[in-house]
Amino acid sequence: MKKILVYGYGNPGRQDDGLGARFIELIDDWIAGEKIQNIDTDTNYQLNVEDAATIADYDVVVFVDASVADIEDYKLEKVVPDNATIEFTMHAVSVAYVLDLCQKIYHKHPETFVLHIKAYEFEFIEELTAKAEKNHYAAFEFLKRFIQQT
Amino acid sequence: MAQKVTIEPVTRVEGHGKVTIHLDDNMNVAQTRLHIVEFRGFERFVQGRPYWEAPVLVQRLCGICPVSHHLAAAKALDVIVGAGTGHGLTPTGEKMRRLMHYGQMFQSHALHFFHLASPDFLLGYDADPAIRNVIGVAINFPELATQGVLMRKYGQEVIAVTAGKKIHGTGAIPGGINKNLSIEERDTLLKGADPLNIDKMIEWAHSAVQFFKDYYMKNREFVDNFAFFPSNHLSLVRKDGAMDLYHGVLRAVDADGKKILNDVDYQDYYNYIEEEVRSWSYMKFPYLKHLGKEKGWYRVGPLARLNTCDFIPTPLAQKEFEIYKAHTNGKPNNFCLHTHWARLIELLHSAEMIKDLLNDPDLQKNDLVTKGTKQHEGVGLIEAPRGTLFHHYKINDDDQIVMANLIVSTTNNNEPMNQSVNFVAKKMMGGQATITEPMKNAVEIAIRAYDPCLSCATHALGRMPLDIKMIDSKGNEIDHYRS
Repeated sequence: MKKILVYGYGNPGRQDDGLGARFIELIDDWIAGEKIQNIDTDTNYQLNVEDAATIADYDVVVFVDASVADIEDYKLEKVVPDNATIEFTMHAVSVAYVLDLCQKIYHKHPETFVLHIKAYEFEFIEELTAKAEKNHYAAFEFLKRFIQQT
Repeated sequence: MAQKVTIEPVTRVEGHGKVTIHLDDNMNVAQTRLHIVEFRGFERFVQGRPYWEAPVLVQRLCGICPVSHHLAAAKALDVIVGAGTGHGLTPTGEKMRRLMHYGQMFQSHALHFFHLASPDFLLGYDADPAIRNVIGVAINFPELATQGVLMRKYGQEVIAVTAGKKIHGTGAIPGGINKNLSIEERDTLLKGADPLNIDKMIEWAHSAVQFFKDYYMKNREFVDNFAFFPSNHLSLVRKDGAMDLYHGVLRAVDADGKKILNDVDYQDYYNYIEEEVRSWSYMKFPYLKHLGKEKGWYRVGPLARLNTCDFIPTPLAQKEFEIYKAHTNGKPNNFCLHTHWARLIELLHSAEMIKDLLNDPDLQKNDLVTKGTKQHEGVGLIEAPRGTLFHHYKINDDDQIVMANLIVSTTNNNEPMNQSVNFVAKKMMGGQATITEPMKNAVEIAIRAYDPCLSCATHALGRMPLDIKMIDSKGNEIDHYRS
């Protein structure tokens, strides 16, 4: 059985930026209810270098993030390692960056996806917009099916 | 007429910063400005909210140093709930907070050095930017890259067990803490499987200091001459003059080491510090009132802290402090790139502090909260990774916050960052018509030494790129470098 990590990131104090963390609450309830053994979850405000160590021992990793891209409600995207360039005061990194670092340090990396969930507002509110909430439920149903087929 | 070079960011940063470098008719640098568009709405946002929510609310500012905001807010509210300042908490309350804070310092300093600064040192500031990053370090120096990743991971684990969780930790509450450290949590951090235990972290932190010293010996001219300018320095110090990153009195020294703010109670900070508004930047410019705007600006952060303190109260860091101080004959150090050296000594100190705290049985006790007579105003200061962080709140009789003032570390370093950019621009860009990658990176290195966090100072969501624009004496753009 494949070892899977679902990792939501974003700031739940910034309205829809909290989609990743809220999504993990749904996954945690599902894991507990179904007594699923091969799925772990994690959350953080943003990704950083230590996540290369976090993902190294998994077969499949799904990152979940709020998205402002032009998508309908959610979108699953496969990610490959990418040597992103440094920014002048960078304190967060991309999924591709984490993946590349994992490969360079541990000489392996998991099959990795990003589940983008459409977000709309980023105010100082600890509550999703109604549209984002609807999207994260839809994305959750999708990811359950995806994981069951993995 | 002057010419102008502009550096500004592009991506999903809502508040933003840019650097403009004005050139005169002879193409010499006439003036530089680092503009940062600061988002001040947060201070308004907390007004009307119950005061006890503040330590959690302030973490909404950004996800980069939420622990520092969490603890600075909690310290201000300690005063409001009548628990006093700093040492009024129970031993368990204070020491759990200290453990959380030193975990934050450790992971932040490790991230900055290994992830942001070391590529410049290991691969060269003029190296191809495609490899001048932590990935390049991972390829060429895999052992160092692994250490950086795992030191950061260890620090995050310290935060998780003290704050309760990684996101929106609730560990610190007004008057204390809401959990102690279990034996299991302690042992995981103290003697976990190699390499994730505190002895290995101390060993790696010590070798990071040694790494910088070795680099310095080979590149002394570059490091010393990169950006050197005299300034005042400000930080908290313990009452006996020791370095204390969690609590103390406010001290400032001038470029020669003379005390210009003599260990004052930070509850009265507004009697000593003023913030100037300048028309070209939304980020304010703090200065010491009695010295005025021109002479009163100061640096905060690792370089400043090693200039203000008299000693470091852990043995390995103290030994390194003595070597560091000998370089300037005991006088304040005003070399911009020595900030990295100072930061690594603090990294070592933080690791030693974590070990001392983990071995302290007070962390397993259950007396977590102190209560007292409610006050209507409180100030909390902490030495955050990037420098002194100020939180100041006033409440009404209904326990609602009616005033909040935050001076974040990056704001305190506004003028020093401008001075550094000016120094480097004059050295690197004078007489140039185009912006080369090494020139751009030199400006970035100067800013990066301060590890500025624009997320705190602005409305950013985490990414902070930088662009350069060069404008001629007639106001025409002659080059634009976008990172």
